[in-house]
Amino acid sequence: MSDTLSPDASPATTAATPPDGSGGASGRRSGTASRAGTAAAGVLLLLALPFYVSSFWLQTGLFAMAAIVGAIGLNLLSGTTGQLSLGHAFFLAVGAYGYVWLAGDPSGTGSAQLYGLGLPPLLAFVLAILLAGAAGGLFSPISGRLRGMYLGIATLALVFLGHHIMLNARDITGGFNGRSVPALEIFGFSFSDTSPDGLAVLGVPFGGLERLWYFGLVLVAVAWLAARNLLRGRPGRALAAVRDSEVAAAVMGVPLSRYRASAFIVSSMYAGAAGALLALVFKRVVPDHFGLLLSIDYLAMIVIGGLGSVGGAAAGAVFVALMPHLLTKYADHLPLLSAPGTTGSGVTPGDAARYLYGAAIVLVLVFAPGGLAGLAQKRPRRTGDGTRRNRRFPFRTRTTSDSNPQGVEGTTPKEHTP
Amino acid sequence: MIKLAETILNGLALGSVYALIALGFVVIFKASGVMNFAHGSLLLFGGYVMARLHDSIGFIPAVLAGAALAAALAGLVQLLATRGLRGAEIHTLTILTIGVDVLLSTELNRRVGADFLSMGDPWGADVTQFGGITVADARIASIAVAVVVISGFFAAFRWTRWGLSMRSAAADPEAAALMGIRLDRVRLIAWCVAGALAAVAAVFLAAFPAAGLDRTTSQIALSAFPAAILGGMDSAAGALVGSLVIGLTAAMAAGYQSELSVLGSGFADVAPYLVMVLVLLVRPTGLFGSKELTRV
Repeated sequence: MSDTLSPDASPATTAATPPDGSGGASGRRSGTASRAGTAAAGVLLLLALPFYVSSFWLQTGLFAMAAIVGAIGLNLLSGTTGQLSLGHAFFLAVGAYGYVWLAGDPSGTGSAQLYGLGLPPLLAFVLAILLAGAAGGLFSPISGRLRGMYLGIATLALVFLGHHIMLNARDITGGFNGRSVPALEIFGFSFSDTSPDGLAVLGVPFGGLERLWYFGLVLVAVAWLAARNLLRGRPGRALAAVRDSEVAAAVMGVPLSRYRASAFIVSSMYAGAAGALLALVFKRVVPDHFGLLLSIDYLAMIVIGGLGSVGGAAAGAVFVALMPHLLTKYADHLPLLSAPGTTGSGVTPGDAARYLYGAAIVLVLVFAPGGLAGLAQKRPRRTGDGTRRNRRFPFRTRTTSDSNPQGVEGTTPKEHTP
Repeated sequence: MIKLAETILNGLALGSVYALIALGFVVIFKASGVMNFAHGSLLLFGGYVMARLHDSIGFIPAVLAGAALAAALAGLVQLLATRGLRGAEIHTLTILTIGVDVLLSTELNRRVGADFLSMGDPWGADVTQFGGITVADARIASIAVAVVVISGFFAAFRWTRWGLSMRSAAADPEAAALMGIRLDRVRLIAWCVAGALAAVAAVFLAAFPAAGLDRTTSQIALSAFPAAILGGMDSAAGALVGSLVIGLTAAMAAGYQSELSVLGSGFADVAPYLVMVLVLLVRPTGLFGSKELTRV
């Protein structure tokens, strides 16, 4: 079993979530209490934000929330179960387009005709998540059998095939130009600027972004708690066992292919939720957003955050999602950056963001293989060499050519000395 | 019939270019177990060097310089990987190459911008006709060059000391190390060879009928992923077969686009991936990849 999972994951996750009422060991109680206080303050701050910050920050924050949900999902698959997936963008797209299709009203005629089921938006949101899960399930003949790199490249195919379908299934997706997203509505309360019109709370006008902010917070909280409970329970341990050694897991009675496929489905559902939220914030979905770059973004999030840790995935997601927006906003004030739209030799903010996060991936892997989550908890658990080794990247592949060097690669760095 | 012959020739030409790239994947994978996601950027880097140099030093020296620099850059990536991550798991290195790719491709895309860079190749837009078949000279050249380079590669793999150490290192790294083979050096050379192969492929990806080297060239190189996977990641011969299959598939899908219109426009771009998924459904480790064995 992995010690990445149970003892390691808990400090990072409890640090940012409200206390769940279960008292820890007496020695840790004071630490837990202070962490709970910090967490409560953080939650209060998040709840209060829409009253103070501008819509730019709310929108950026919502992008970050969508990224958190998606990254937690990918982390379940790649971090915990050790299955490399480059197809996360595809499942985000299924969620986004699924929501638009299920909630949208049919419109247009002729070549501009768009189909839609016109379901109640909340129901459509839930169904879109299930649809993404079903798409993940349909992929299980592949995901249950392929390992390592083969799975990674096979999921890469999903992104390209999905992009092709998005461009060509015009009557559902709207083709290249995409399709506008119907606003979310719960029992007549619309998460948009209208209906109820001119809503104001404590004198602060509550438009679409302010209302969506709370929906996003709820979604993140649900996603976070569900993932944490999943990981702490029986399925989480089984998944970690599958990652650490498939043979050992099978011997312990873990049905391998079922768990591998389930991890894929759950991860797809998280991606679907993230995609649907993203669609609500963007108000328009276009195929080009859901390309390979988005998949790589998500992989970068969980690597930077620290594989196998829910809190780490969230932190990495915030980092990767916020950076381009922040750099764009403050381009004027930063040295070496040229403002967007100008034709200079300077580095555009978008490029700078990509440099930064490319460098972040490389530096994190070289200097802090445990990611941000690993850094946060390195101090108390310094002793023991085994724990450090296990935090390194947990993907495994096994072919005849590398069935034996599993230990060689990891433990004998000087193997080349004659 | 003529169209079929032309399509097949185009497919072979495309396949030979993919083979150069896919061989690079396989060599790196065999040597260090890493799937090199920075390969497309290495390719673009080699092409960029050629495009910038060919005016001043001529085409052939520019190609050599591009190949040499791409090889050096690939070597640098490997050095970073081994020095920085000694003892880390193999898949950490794979993610590391994604990070390197992000850095490299951002820089190259910024430099290339929206331009189409000419490679200064001697074939230009010339075509050759025989028996009613029209083929671009660049395509014939790509087949010829690929045959020469790939035979040279296989000969080196089979008969040189490097090839021998490479094969033994791939078969059993521990035993090879005990026999005095310097694994680090074998890996370094493997990466350099892969980088040079990618740079050569860049010439033909940018040559006629393509408009020149542009920022999407590295994405075309991604199509070599299915080629390498289809054949089996640890089989050089598999990479060749996979490349030809993928090249022919892409050429057929492009050539008979109108007949395939029911599958949507732009189907040629995704046909390789579809073929790959179908093959992987039947053979999870590719056509020639070593079977998965688990000893308990």
